[in-house]
Amino acid sequence: MSATTLQLPGRPLADERVSLAEELRTVGMVWEREAIRFFRTRARVLSSFIQPVLFLFVLGYGMGGLVGSTAGFDFKKFLFPGIVAMTVMSTALSSAISIVWDREFGFLREMLVAPVSRTSLVSGKTLGGASIATVQGTIMLALAPAIGVRLSWLVVLKVIGLELLMAVTMTAFGVFVASHIRRMEGFSVVMQLLLFPMLFLSGALFPLSGLPSWLTVLTRINPLTYAVAPLRSIVFAAQHMPPAAATKFSSTVTLFGTTLSNAACVGIACGFAVVFLGLAVAGFGRPD
Amino acid sequence: MASIKTASRERAAGSPCSTAGAGPAVEVTSLHKKYGALEAVKGVSFSIERGEVFAFLGPNGAGKTTTVGMLCTLTRPSGGHASVAGFDVARQPEAVRRRIGLVFQEQTLDDRLTAEQNLRFHAVLYHVPRAQVKARIDRVLRLVALEDRRHDLVSTFSGGMARRLEIARGMLHTPVVLFLDEPTVGLDPQTRTLVWDDVLRLRREEQMTIFLTTHYMDEAEYADRVAIIDHGQIVATGTPDELKRRVGADTVELVTADDAAAAARLEGAGFRVRRGEEELVIAAEDGEAAVPRLIDAAGVRVRSVDVHHPTLDDVFLHYTGRQIRDEHAGPALPPRARARTARR
Repeated sequence: MSATTLQLPGRPLADERVSLAEELRTVGMVWEREAIRFFRTRARVLSSFIQPVLFLFVLGYGMGGLVGSTAGFDFKKFLFPGIVAMTVMSTALSSAISIVWDREFGFLREMLVAPVSRTSLVSGKTLGGASIATVQGTIMLALAPAIGVRLSWLVVLKVIGLELLMAVTMTAFGVFVASHIRRMEGFSVVMQLLLFPMLFLSGALFPLSGLPSWLTVLTRINPLTYAVAPLRSIVFAAQHMPPAAATKFSSTVTLFGTTLSNAACVGIACGFAVVFLGLAVAGFGRPD
Repeated sequence: MASIKTASRERAAGSPCSTAGAGPAVEVTSLHKKYGALEAVKGVSFSIERGEVFAFLGPNGAGKTTTVGMLCTLTRPSGGHASVAGFDVARQPEAVRRRIGLVFQEQTLDDRLTAEQNLRFHAVLYHVPRAQVKARIDRVLRLVALEDRRHDLVSTFSGGMARRLEIARGMLHTPVVLFLDEPTVGLDPQTRTLVWDDVLRLRREEQMTIFLTTHYMDEAEYADRVAIIDHGQIVATGTPDELKRRVGADTVELVTADDAAAAARLEGAGFRVRRGEEELVIAAEDGEAAVPRLIDAAGVRVRSVDVHHPTLDDVFLHYTGRQIRDEHAGPALPPRARARTARR
């Protein structure tokens, strides 16, 4: 047998193909493992709430004095949807640490040598991290009455949908980044470097109108922008918002001169999610 | 020892690529691996029958792990041919992976999950049918005597327990071949014995084919067949007894009241005698059986008798010109004790 015949790509036999049901079972198991591990580390559960709550109340009151309230609509109310988004994105992004963890502790090999597709493994990881992030974000909604934000069940449902979209995008992005990181210390440094610029330039903490043009460009290539805007406009639509406040605390995104509808924003965010998922699958399990 | 190999000796008449149920468990023909200019594996050939425990014995860096990597489809061969369970490792890697169990040198458990959760994860990834998962987990945990720790976090396990759990996990999906890469490295001698008990029980109760690598001579003794690998090449293959017979006979050491007189009389009786510092060394085909005749022939008072069988150390020395123990500082049993266990 010559070396050239060995270089042919591996083609599974017809009966060796893994059924879709088996792939879904793998996705479910990887998802379950992420959940078990998350809830087993209580410190992580707690810490993912502390930062957003701190931002909501400290930043809310601190900046609130500066911004003042417009016809009874204050800065805390503006901030609230952004803080929900922040909870989701930081939990989602940091959940990808499990990739680095798995590499360092060898478990990644156990997964990579198994007769399953990398797509299933990455999907499980991503959905696992995204579910946790969505649950965390939804728990934050409980703070709504404390700052006078009204929510209906329908609004909560729509918010959960957007949280999930944002969470999938960010977890996939995290998995992609984490696949290229070898050490735990490296992960937290890189994640802090990514998290804050993405957070600040997403419109979660302040309106994106009135930024210098170079910053505006950055906000438009930030995938989070397209999830935060519909999230905020859905929450705001449920409030009795005076027109003056609606103008001041704008929640719309304009791209190439046109104002994007919620549906358009969600579409763009979905596009980012798909791209990041593809990158995550490609990056996952690169040889050491 | 020979009885184990009766499991399935029949060879498939058809192409080895189309039948999975018969033929040798592993078939390797002049397998090569090059990393740039470095040739890690320089054309090895061997075959492993089903139900056999086959050991790759060699020092660190001899090419053991690289060969295992190629057989497990983790490393692409640079040349040659290898099939596992009848499937070509280069062309049908998926089919091979479904039929092998793997225990790596480094630990690959999730220590934040319980033993059972680790096994359940593995069962799903290797497509163990839902209805069989529980029974298989019960079975493999019993095989490695960890049933009572099934709900404990792996982080609470000792190194030996974790290793045994990994062996159980490697077995979970009833693979055709179980690969163990240095399964006992880093374990204390007592735990190593436990691991070996597990491995031998697997072979006995599940008729498992086991391929393992080791640099411990005393461990290779447990194998049905041993291939000695050095600098990427197999220098000798055979059962431990065959290999030892190839390098020489047993020796009997006598300490007598009068060595000179005894030596003369023994030589007169046709024995080959060498004078040591304080003893006589006599070569004999079967050391133990020769002892009464030697004592009779010596004709003087014999103070002590010691029978020495060739060890795999001697075999390794014979084929490579050096001792494997020179190259690592791992815990090794004293040579004499090893010689005794060899003939149990």
